[in-house]
Amino acid sequence: MRAAALAVIALVLAAPAGASEQRPSAAELESELVCPVCETTLDTSNAPVALRMKAFIRERIAAGDTKSEIKASLVDQFGPAVLAEPPKKGFELVAWLLPLAGLALGVVVVGLLAWRWSHARGGDEPADVAEPLDPALERRLDDELARYEP
Amino acid sequence: MTGRLRLAGQVAAVAIVAALLGLLAWKLTQDESAVTSQLDKGGSPTAPAFTLERLDGKGDLGLESLRGKAVVLNFWASWCGPCKDETPLLQQGWKRWRGKDVVFVGVDVKDFRGDAKDFLARYGVTYSNVYDGKGSTVGRYGVTGFPETYFVDADGKVRYRIAGPVEDAADLDAGIERALAPA
Repeated sequence: MRAAALAVIALVLAAPAGASEQRPSAAELESELVCPVCETTLDTSNAPVALRMKAFIRERIAAGDTKSEIKASLVDQFGPAVLAEPPKKGFELVAWLLPLAGLALGVVVVGLLAWRWSHARGGDEPADVAEPLDPALERRLDDELARYEP
Repeated sequence: MTGRLRLAGQVAAVAIVAALLGLLAWKLTQDESAVTSQLDKGGSPTAPAFTLERLDGKGDLGLESLRGKAVVLNFWASWCGPCKDETPLLQQGWKRWRGKDVVFVGVDVKDFRGDAKDFLARYGVTYSNVYDGKGSTVGRYGVTGFPETYFVDADGKVRYRIAGPVEDAADLDAGIERALAPA
């Protein structure tokens, strides 16, 4: 029963992605592709080449091409730099892994610093608390305090 | 242990800064080595070599294979408005200069291959044209916009450049004569 529910959830989540691949919209493709001249995504560009690429995307959608086919066709003409997101394979994979590696390194560094800071504080506190007060000084302190009691 | 850790951190930080400085220096060197940058300083830089697919479907064309002749190297694209005005002038120039140790080569950049072929057919272009959809030549030449024309001498040195469209026949001829003049 639980497995069936999980399978239904997975299907529900996967369905939009599959539909988008088979029947992409011009808007989503324009946000995932870059104008090769102005180097912004197509949806924010009105450069002549961007307008031509937008027309090409609409033609290919009307012809029934999938999202991958349209992207592959544009990469063939203009090169991989036309993709807003680098492909998750080969050397381009570095662009995905490097920020994650940086984040992991940052977490480790912050963790180490926090550990050192808390360790140092933890080590000092017992020494402060355990320091015994000189009996003469304690007696004097009690006398002084007694003077202020009503 | 803490001392070692601190040393390792310092070494890593210095290495990262050195790598970033190296990257910056490399980028600056690349920009400086572009043909346009050297021409602006009065030099005659070597035209960067390329071998690109011919748009007439007859294989590839390498710039090196044209050594011994002056080359009019025109960067264009079918979506570029001024290129449409300039192309008839270049075609006329090609007819005037062909057979005089001068060749014309068009480099179609960041364009659809099909659009480029239609463009050449529409304007009746008969000089050689190659396809550079990825724009691999743009950075090395320092092309600042389209169209742009470089005049290369018989030794492969760039002697002159016209940024923007070639305005008239005299403008074109002046560039070719510079490329034909002895160094």
